[in-house]
Amino acid sequence: MSGALAVEDLRVYYRTDRGAVRAVDGVSFSLARGESLAVVGESGSGKSTLGLTLIRALPANASVVSGRVYIEGEETLSLSLTDFRRRYSWRVISMVFQGAMNSLNPVLKVGDQIAEPLIYNGETPRDEARRRAMEMIELVGLPREFYYRYPHELSGGMRQRIVIAMSLVMNPKILILDEPTSALDVTIQAQIINLVKELIERFSLSVIFITHDLALASDIADRIMVMYGGQIVELGSAERVLGEATKHPYTEKLLASIPRLRGETIPEFIPGRPPDLASPPPGCRFHPRCPYVFDRCVKEEPPLFKVGEGHVAKCWLHGE
Amino acid sequence: MEEVIRLEGVKKYYEVRSGLLGSKILKALDGVTLSIRKKETVAVVGESGCGKSTLGRVSLRLLDVTDGRVFFKGQDISMMREEELRAKSFRKKMQIIFQDPYSSLNPFMRIGDIVAEPLEIHGYRREEIREAVYRALEDVKLVPPEEFVNRYPHELSGGQRQRVNIARALVLGPEYIVADEPVSMIDASSRAEILLLLKSIRDSREMGVLYITHDIATARYVSERVAVMYLGEIAETGLTTSVLKTPIHPYTILLLNSVPEPDPANRRRRRPVIKGEPPSPLNPPSGCKFHTRCPVAIERCRIEKPALTEYLPGHFVACHRAEEIMRGALSVT
Ligand SMILES: Nc1ncnc2c1ncn2[C@@H]1O[C@H](COP(=O)(O)OP(=O)(O)OP(=O)(O)O)[C@@H](O)[C@H]1O
Ligand SMILES: Nc1ncnc2c1ncn2[C@@H]1O[C@H](COP(=O)(O)OP(=O)(O)OP(=O)(O)O)[C@@H](O)[C@H]1O
Ligand code: SF4
Ligand SMILES: [Mg+2]
Ligand SMILES: [Mg+2]
Repeated sequence: MSGALAVEDLRVYYRTDRGAVRAVDGVSFSLARGESLAVVGESGSGKSTLGLTLIRALPANASVVSGRVYIEGEETLSLSLTDFRRRYSWRVISMVFQGAMNSLNPVLKVGDQIAEPLIYNGETPRDEARRRAMEMIELVGLPREFYYRYPHELSGGMRQRIVIAMSLVMNPKILILDEPTSALDVTIQAQIINLVKELIERFSLSVIFITHDLALASDIADRIMVMYGGQIVELGSAERVLGEATKHPYTEKLLASIPRLRGETIPEFIPGRPPDLASPPPGCRFHPRCPYVFDRCVKEEPPLFKVGEGHVAKCWLHGE
Repeated sequence: MEEVIRLEGVKKYYEVRSGLLGSKILKALDGVTLSIRKKETVAVVGESGCGKSTLGRVSLRLLDVTDGRVFFKGQDISMMREEELRAKSFRKKMQIIFQDPYSSLNPFMRIGDIVAEPLEIHGYRREEIREAVYRALEDVKLVPPEEFVNRYPHELSGGQRQRVNIARALVLGPEYIVADEPVSMIDASSRAEILLLLKSIRDSREMGVLYITHDIATARYVSERVAVMYLGEIAETGLTTSVLKTPIHPYTILLLNSVPEPDPANRRRRRPVIKGEPPSPLNPPSGCKFHTRCPVAIERCRIEKPALTEYLPGHFVACHRAEEIMRGALSVT
């Protein structure tokens, strides 16, 4: 597997009246071709900001303070936006936005919304675009006639399928899915996850799957990247991150907080709240909530230490 | 233990406009029987739209029943007028906690005033109010209370705000609480805290709780009994341990199979799923309402409605094939 995507020392801050919010603060990782990487973390940990940065769709008050993003070998943050949109958006990398199923245009037929990128970004003739949109609708498990429906005529699960169809309409190689099932019932969630798996295989997609749910991540992820307060705190194979291997205390607690259907363990909780990214705590950002905190954690920020094969954790417990 | 709430054959129908002229009947609850005792939590689970919130509101008489009866501590309140509900202090004794910890608190009020509000409405004296507010804040572990009373909602985390909501529900000393998806909007890392807290308060204050949730896995930790609902009816109900260990109704079995567990092996398998989506309650299927999605439905299921029948001690199922499933003669997945 060679690289689909590589991110180096990315920092993305939002300008707010409370000062700079350090939403993504020194993030580096890579994504191999055909690999699925889950990005997991609590609300406000910077997951969506990371995704939006990769597809160059950040809001106006955000700025990329540092970093490089390589897509298939080419650095893309330095490209002009027009250039990026022309060459990468939709056709190389695309994103299913968080909550997108609820922000479809209410007055446009869903089929036309799927066809839109083809017409405007791909200069495809209209009937050709329509044919392609219908194919996509079928591909995500809906009848072709749904082309002519409006968003309000569809259930949440159906709208999520439409949004997925839209993201794939120009055959991208890299797909970012931001919480694609969080508003859905578990029964519908399971259907959508099966669909996503099928599509990943069929199109050999490289995937970044953003979720707050570690259990759900295990459905898709080859590797899992855990974010806390705008930083990566752990990155490793799904087997290692979810299994018995030593891990970051945050990941450990997050795993322990998942209610299980079987077994005797009672779910735990992490006291306190995630850091305020306008003034994050010194040292390790997790230290105010960490059960293992010691002197050094309060004073000094830990680097990512190697804790196993291809497995790193940002915690002094694993350092010198 | 004493029964706090009892619903008998409760129906709640809505007349909804359909098309330009006509109207149709939507059966949000279609004959639900359920009881909750002191120090007991009953979890109600099911997909969106199956009638969980309606059940909660009907049980509190925030909604009128179309048919059937609601009892609070043995007294029929299904037709009781608002003045009488108040005069008998029933309103105080029955409270609800909502899902959304963000929009449910007035952002311009201090925590102390938010929690005190129900007491003020009911005309309590200042000292009483202070005492009840402090006790409630202590119960929900917003301690020390004097530190929290002067804060504003935005200064609290989602989990803390939800605890304010719980405190607010507690100040009037309720005996029955409906918790409608109390943790679905807060971070996973704080959910267990709220749920375990609710359980311990329930015990110390000897309340009955109706816990409404999408998440059947959480039901395990907080409820003694569970009711699985489908399109306004109870498909299966019994002791939580029994239902989760030995689910019998095909819907329950498949619902349990849809719950993700963190296992890296998941990515190499497809999840068994329930096909399709719940049918419109405006046009529910005949016979067993689940037959359109059921993998083991037979002819009879389309025609005849299965009755809720006891298959294991205290464990009831409404399915024509329950007996075969229980014997292991029929596999659903
Ligand atoms: N447009 C914005 N302006 C200012 N701050 C923002 C903006 N968008 C996000 N933030 C802040 O940046 C941080 C990271 O937000 P982000 O949306 O990336 O988190 P997330 O991990 O996707 O959270 P969630 O799970 O809630 O979607 C948060 O502190 C958030 O409040
Ligand atoms: N005021 C109303 N008028 C008409 N129909 C209603 C009304 N309130 C609820 N319904 C319908 O009754 C059914 C049950 O709704 P209810 O809110 O009880 O479901 P729920 O199980 O709580 O769903 P969710 O999990 O989404 O909260 C739904 O089909 C809903 O659309
Ligand atoms: S009664 Fe029939 S359709 Fe209904 S759940 Fe049982 S087997 Fe399935
Ligand atoms: Mg997000
Ligand atoms: Mg509801």
